[in-house]
Amino acid sequence: MAVKVLIPTPLQKFTNNQATLECDGGTIVELLNALESACPGIKARLCDDAGELRRFINFYVNSEDIRFLDGKDTALSDGDEVSIVPAVAGG
Amino acid sequence: MTQSIERSLATTPTFSALKCRECGETYDLGAKHVCEECFGPLEVAYDYDAIRRRVTRSTIQAGPLSIWRYKDFLPVSTDSPIDVGTGMTPLVRANRLARQLGLKELYIKNDAVNMPTLSFKDRVVSVALTRAQELGFTTVSCASTGNLANSTAAIAAHAGLDCCVFIPSDLEAGKVLGTLIYNPTLMAVQGNYDQVNRLCSEVANTHGWGFVNINLRPYYSEGSKTLGFEVAEQLGWRLPDHIVAPLASGSLFTKIYKGFQEFVKVGLVDDKPVRFSGAQAEGCSPIAQAFKEGRDFVTPVKPSTIAKSIAIGNPADGIYALDIARKTNGNIEAVTDAEIVAGMKLLAETEGIFTETAGGTTIAVLKKLVEAGKINPDESTVVYITGNGLKTQEAVQGYIGEPFVIEPKLDSFERALERSRTLDRLEWQQVPV
Repeated sequence: MAVKVLIPTPLQKFTNNQATLECDGGTIVELLNALESACPGIKARLCDDAGELRRFINFYVNSEDIRFLDGKDTALSDGDEVSIVPAVAGG
Repeated sequence: MTQSIERSLATTPTFSALKCRECGETYDLGAKHVCEECFGPLEVAYDYDAIRRRVTRSTIQAGPLSIWRYKDFLPVSTDSPIDVGTGMTPLVRANRLARQLGLKELYIKNDAVNMPTLSFKDRVVSVALTRAQELGFTTVSCASTGNLANSTAAIAAHAGLDCCVFIPSDLEAGKVLGTLIYNPTLMAVQGNYDQVNRLCSEVANTHGWGFVNINLRPYYSEGSKTLGFEVAEQLGWRLPDHIVAPLASGSLFTKIYKGFQEFVKVGLVDDKPVRFSGAQAEGCSPIAQAFKEGRDFVTPVKPSTIAKSIAIGNPADGIYALDIARKTNGNIEAVTDAEIVAGMKLLAETEGIFTETAGGTTIAVLKKLVEAGKINPDESTVVYITGNGLKTQEAVQGYIGEPFVIEPKLDSFERALERSRTLDRLEWQQVPV
């Protein structure tokens, strides 16, 4: 299941400065594991010690926040685009 | 070379690094807003001993009549910041509104008349664009619900910076026009604010622009502290007992708190407990919901309210706002769109201040808290009004009166006057029903 992942600047040092990656995974959890094998160290930045996604980071699947879907169990299909975006201030 | 030496000399006394609010990791003073370790927000770290040595009440009072009288508390090193008269807005003693609500000491901090674009955003943008110039940016940008767009476009025009602004495409006409007049590049995104934000995070990664609320956020957000500083100074160098402010991302609320704390820390005011209460619109109330349910995390929502300027479904500083409301014994409440319109009318009719929907939200929440016994009538209470009603005229269209159209003749006027008095009487008679 090939999924396109958009990597934010602070994580691009794990991806050889690539802003996008192709990865496999049927869910967000599987995708995180695939990312970790491709870019060792990246998962610890995205998840806390308990393995939960850090609260200041947002995951979107095809523009939808995964908190409106099934969280880290959100299913992924071939060709989906996953964006990883840090929280932003408003107004 | 000389320039960089001068810059570092000027910089060292009051601020020296960016620091992660979550894990404490420190970074250089660049255009960066999230911690690379834990994604927590970065904040500017100050040397408060240096500030204490340098600043007194009289040095502040001798400063400009703008936010730059507090320059030592702001993260810029230049001696000539962008000063378009931002800040030092009126703190109005609101006796008529107070009487109507049954309060004894109520003040309105009126940023509906902030300069140059009539909202509190001019404070944060003045700081952000001054810092953007120091960091060498020539193009500035923002993701905005309207007020920030107006402010960024206007102050960029004044400073001669290129400007590209992103807004949701369904904004009020006044906010779109009030941005376009300054001739920025304006992108109206078909989506809600949170989607605009997400897009901008991706643009900020790739285009090397200074986004005031993204990569310049640690500097930008500090500008809101001046809303705390000014209130303390205008109250005669003392803190109020209770403040009520609108909550969108939660940043303004936390920075007013920080402003008060800093004044205490450097000895400009006496320490005392200040209660912090926040206002949201029911159609976008993720922080109020978390407060009510006793949660320490904020679940994002999809906004649906007339209060578009505060319609942020995924508030970045929501958890900090929650924490402050709880630890200061304050509250966070939400009100309906109908209550928001009533709040706008109430403030206009009692105090002569025409605020936008965010201000209507704040007044409606003030009223709700008073009625629920959550504001003590003896507390000195300051309400923050952060935007101007002329920008959101659609919201009250149809809920206010209409002019009496008359002929240019005395008897036509007399008949209309009689009719208006009858209407007044009818309205008055309806009240007890």
